[in-house]
Amino acid sequence: MAALEEEFTLSSVVLSAGPEGLLGVEQSDKTDQFLVTDSGRTVILYKVSDQKPLGSWSVKQGQVITCPAVCNFQTREYIVVHDNKVLRIWNNEDVNLDKVFKATLSAEVYRILSVQGTEPLVLFKEGAVRGLEALLADPQQKIETVISDEEVIKWTKFFIVFRHPVLIFITEKHGNYFAYVQMFNSRILTKYTLLLGQDENSVIESFTASVDRKFISLMSLSSDGCIYETLIPIRPTDPEKNQTLVRSLLLKAVVSGNTRNGVALTALDQDHIAVLGSPQAASKECLSVWNIKFQTLQTSKELPQGTSGQLWYYGENLFMLHGKSLTVIPYKCEVSSLAGALGKLKYGQDPGTHVMPRFVNWETPQGCGLGFQNSEQSRRILRRRKIEVSLQPEVPPSKQLLSTIMEDSEKHIEVEVRKFLALKQTPDFHTVIGDTVTGLLERCKAEPSFYPRNCLVQLIQTHVLSYSLCPDLMEIALIKKDVQLLQLCLQQFPDIPESVTCACLKIFLSIGDDSLQETDVSMESVFDYSNSVHDEKMEEQTEILQNGFNPEEDKCSNCDQELNKKPQDETKESTSCPVVPKRAALLNAILHSAYSETFLLPHLKDIPAQHITLFLKYLYFLYLKCSENATMTLPGIHPPTLNQIMDWICLLLDANFTVVVMMPEAKRLLINLYKLVKSQISVYSELNKIEVSFRELQKLNQEKNNRGLYSIEVLELF
Amino acid sequence: MGEFKVHRVRFFNYVPSGIRCVAYNNQSNRLAVSRTDGTVEVYNLSANYFQEKFFPGHESRATEALCWAEGQRLFSAGLNGEIMEYDLQALNIKYAVDAFGGPIWSMAASPSGSQLLVGCEDGSVKLFQITPDKIQFERNFDRQKSRILSLSWHPSGTHIAAGSIDYISVFDVKSGSAIHKMIVDRQHMGVSKRKCIVWGVAFLSDGTVISVDSAGKVQFWDSATGTLVKSHLIANADVQSIAVAEQEDSFVVGTAEGTVFHFQLVPVTSNSSEKQWVRTKPFQHHTHDVRTVAHSPTALISGGTDTHLVIRPLMEKVEVKNYDAALRKITFPHRRLISCSKKRQLLLFQFAHHLELWRLGSTVATGKNGDTLPLSKNADHLLHLKTKGPENIICSCISPCGSWIAYSTVSRFFLYRLNYEHDNISLKRVSKMPPFLRCALQILFSEDSTKLFVASNQGALHIVQLSGGSFKHLHAFQPQSGTVEAMCLLAVSSDGNWLAASGTSAGVHVYNVKQLKLHCTVPAYNFPVTAMAIAPNTNNLVIAHSDQQVFEYSIPDKQYTDWSRTVQKQGFHHLWLQRDTPITHISFHPKRPMHILLHDAYMFCIIDKSLPLPNDKTLLYNPFPPTNESDVIRRRTAHAFKISKIYKPLLFMDLLDERTLVAVERPLDDIIAQLPPPIKKKKFGT
Repeated sequence: MAALEEEFTLSSVVLSAGPEGLLGVEQSDKTDQFLVTDSGRTVILYKVSDQKPLGSWSVKQGQVITCPAVCNFQTREYIVVHDNKVLRIWNNEDVNLDKVFKATLSAEVYRILSVQGTEPLVLFKEGAVRGLEALLADPQQKIETVISDEEVIKWTKFFIVFRHPVLIFITEKHGNYFAYVQMFNSRILTKYTLLLGQDENSVIESFTASVDRKFISLMSLSSDGCIYETLIPIRPTDPEKNQTLVRSLLLKAVVSGNTRNGVALTALDQDHIAVLGSPQAASKECLSVWNIKFQTLQTSKELPQGTSGQLWYYGENLFMLHGKSLTVIPYKCEVSSLAGALGKLKYGQDPGTHVMPRFVNWETPQGCGLGFQNSEQSRRILRRRKIEVSLQPEVPPSKQLLSTIMEDSEKHIEVEVRKFLALKQTPDFHTVIGDTVTGLLERCKAEPSFYPRNCLVQLIQTHVLSYSLCPDLMEIALIKKDVQLLQLCLQQFPDIPESVTCACLKIFLSIGDDSLQETDVSMESVFDYSNSVHDEKMEEQTEILQNGFNPEEDKCSNCDQELNKKPQDETKESTSCPVVPKRAALLNAILHSAYSETFLLPHLKDIPAQHITLFLKYLYFLYLKCSENATMTLPGIHPPTLNQIMDWICLLLDANFTVVVMMPEAKRLLINLYKLVKSQISVYSELNKIEVSFRELQKLNQEKNNRGLYSIEVLELF
Repeated sequence: MGEFKVHRVRFFNYVPSGIRCVAYNNQSNRLAVSRTDGTVEVYNLSANYFQEKFFPGHESRATEALCWAEGQRLFSAGLNGEIMEYDLQALNIKYAVDAFGGPIWSMAASPSGSQLLVGCEDGSVKLFQITPDKIQFERNFDRQKSRILSLSWHPSGTHIAAGSIDYISVFDVKSGSAIHKMIVDRQHMGVSKRKCIVWGVAFLSDGTVISVDSAGKVQFWDSATGTLVKSHLIANADVQSIAVAEQEDSFVVGTAEGTVFHFQLVPVTSNSSEKQWVRTKPFQHHTHDVRTVAHSPTALISGGTDTHLVIRPLMEKVEVKNYDAALRKITFPHRRLISCSKKRQLLLFQFAHHLELWRLGSTVATGKNGDTLPLSKNADHLLHLKTKGPENIICSCISPCGSWIAYSTVSRFFLYRLNYEHDNISLKRVSKMPPFLRCALQILFSEDSTKLFVASNQGALHIVQLSGGSFKHLHAFQPQSGTVEAMCLLAVSSDGNWLAASGTSAGVHVYNVKQLKLHCTVPAYNFPVTAMAIAPNTNNLVIAHSDQQVFEYSIPDKQYTDWSRTVQKQGFHHLWLQRDTPITHISFHPKRPMHILLHDAYMFCIIDKSLPLPNDKTLLYNPFPPTNESDVIRRRTAHAFKISKIYKPLLFMDLLDERTLVAVERPLDDIIAQLPPPIKKKKFGT
């Protein structure tokens, strides 16, 4: 959500701003410092964060600055033009502008353009463009005329597109507008005619442009108060031909048409623009930020003292002349989302506190405004800065960790993660863990060989992760068939979707016994059944009887005879676990996981029938183990409960009954399950009977207490 | 202390009527309760939940809705199609107005209290204007297809929500037209039921309509768009009632399974401003349908078919963790339904539409404490006296000699003369009652059965002379000019000289019966009188109040007795003050003038004025006899309160003679056995 913060005034001294306001505000080589050129004779260097001027330079009485001062980022010098033709170049140490380097040019300069990473350009009023170095080599060189007579440059902007400088300027002649795009790598100048569309009478008040990969998006604010967008291709199809461009309406009636001091417009980022002007004819001037993607007003600020209709935007600051003083309004914008655009952000944050983004998008560079730095030099600077950063002791360990993840070896990452986890007390612990996992998983996806398993295990064990926070984690674990990690996820994550649970189940059932031997699965939920069998063998039969399950009891079913033939076989089957303990542990993790029947059932149908049978056999085995003791629980630390076992049996049968019933090897199992259900029913009916008899007993007991409706008793009070 | 033979009577087959509606009045902190037989009771929640007032029921008048309007005026509406207003001073029905819409199912007073809305069988919603002395029909809203079962006003009074069968309508009050119709899903646990009845609606100030229905759902609707916002399935059976707190931060619903659910508006996350309704607490205090609920600022109140009125305090709203924070379950009326003839050992039981006369049995055996003695003669059911007409009996009394029975309904007063010839009883009605004896709120015979005292609902007290088979009106004490307050409690001294009468709020008046004039008025006290009696010989008037205080006032001296002053100075034992049922009967021992016998529903107590009062450190209730302690210690630890908790719930206890007591119990299990079976829930299996 875009937000304007509290404004502050930059200069306490009144600038000698003319009726047209300032000449310009330009960036200097330091991020926080800006060059302000007034319409008279003075250039002032301001440090915004300190709200004070660092230096001030004036030209002699009688001379007039005609072009705003800019900074040559390559040499860290400042350049200004006075009296249209005289170029002055100086640096911070110089005091008097009269004594600095001077070059008199042969033609009038419209503007000097400078962006970081390339040499400044000089745009002449006749439309010709020269590089500064080339110009200074021969200041008196002849400057050709590019634009026609009576054609006036209205606005210009300089971009770097794919490391190549691109200059755009707009001219006007008799109400017609033309755009010129100068590519410096190919030295091609393309001329476009801007068609105003149906509203031919409107005058364009202000321009702004932003650039993406293929187009320069030129936005213009017309006198009818609407904002139009024109897309200008960076690579012209046919440079020779005069081409026309149609503009499309972007925002309607943003400002009122007839404003006293004019209106201004600047693009803040791809989705946001700032507009200066009065929303209604009568009202005071406003600075408003619009989201052009959703066409919504994001925020607005009233400027009661009036403005000069000029607006500059650098970094995070909007500059304007408010009344007589230069005002800075810091501007901040989060990534725009539908929710944000509609003004509803679930996790609102306090203004003023800087919150780390929940997830770092590794595709866009973070911090430091590195976007346009692409020359060798700037790269060097970047590197130096990086070293500085790592040397600073107060750099949070989380940042270090994140950078480690991207480059270092698994071993090193593991050490770093352990170090970070040991700290644990950081306030943004959750977010860092989230970012770390995302970072690790991104890298896993990119490099198939990279699989920092121990790290992931450690991170999962922090209990702060959930499935929805890092859905890729289980996906990768499933691909790698890492059953240990999957088991851990099943135990720790509360929100695993049923499809993933089912995929885990598939792997747990299909993985070979030999590969299971190598894994280090948590055996907490599995009790060593084989030992207990011998100890409790005597008890077993009677206990089962107690809980109502007795296969010998019912004689009605014909399958019984078959069973009775080999009773030893049956007991053997029921008492030995059909799966190895490690697989049992994995399956127990599935049993413990949360699910919703409707969502799980369709996925269960995908599991092969022999695996279903195996799982059913295991569940049946667990049930028998449950029935062995009076409390109907399994031994062990965290065993599956009877309800979980029964629910899964039902689910599996619901999903796969038609398949399982066809399998000869499952026949015995199904018969056993049938008997189990039958015995369950009889148990519950017995329980209900007992309940009723107990109630009768209770009634009898009450009647005994009642001693009838009438009695005579003896009472002694003490 | 004393050894008694106790006639333990459990054949009083009294079943309270189920509760149909409750209405809470925030202004006076009173709760009106209507029962299925048409009885309306008013409880004073500030006065220890005492049932102050009651309006007798009527067979043809099933109350379906009850509400307070215009401050403290109480209205009810029912299936006979009439809206009634109750006179809370004179304790009668002020008037009844036919709404001409068939049976009335619902009623709601506007937030300002000046308008009354009723929902009728024919689908009409009718608006009545409340005038100072009556109500006046104003207009009809758009007629709906089926009966209007529930109504709720928007707190601003501009809109109303009306629950019907299968849908909820939202009306604009100004135009009277339905602006939205919200269809309720009939599905119940996946099965489509025939109909979905919207039992209750509540309109919140933010425009949310909450509905409860017969499919077990609590649903939240947006009244602006007419859309369903949220649905909670909370029961397998009907959800029958809903009540919202005044702050709209919590509400309560009652289900047919006897469960009461509390919903609260809680923040989604801590310190977030976004809030949502969450089902917080279930309470299972009822066995049967919870027909009605109310939400007082500090408590959830519920009532239903199982006849209990349950007041469940919200612990987070209770500031001091005192006895007010305890759950209250009120089952029995706080007035006497039983009278006793000491001379003939007869008990007269009062039911809604009949009286029963029983003769107690006898025994010749003796025994020690706790023994049950063999009966030589069992109790006899002598008489079953059915009333004529549809009206419930208000009060009844049998004379001490056993030869007179008097009872009254709203419109008629009956007096019977009983003749005993060996085992035969003959009953003769005394005809030609004077017209002023029409409706009695309380009837009392003098000790020698020669005088009958009747408190009429006009505030007058009548004295009637009885002799032979006839009667003679002696005098009527008219109420003080300007007051119409009805007298609910009467007490007469054993010598017949003094008559004490108490109303619902003003003090106790004592009249001199010989001189036929007002003798004195006992200083008024904050809490209503629950029971009073005049001691023989001393003529001390003992008064019990609903805050469990007991005063003794000397009528001849016109001042509180020394003992009473001592008690007030020292204060009662804290456990005594924490009892939650009022004392309903006081009597005296003829041979032991220092003893006062009194009881509430859960204990019977003899106060021995000669013994020291217990302080908070001593044990108030000591059920075990001292065994091997010496007499000295016994005397030292002995205190004035001798309490027995053997008999409960105790509806009546009195002294028949020096060594014989009669105790009438009504075990709750016997009541439950007579109720329709509750919805059965399975304990095992699926």
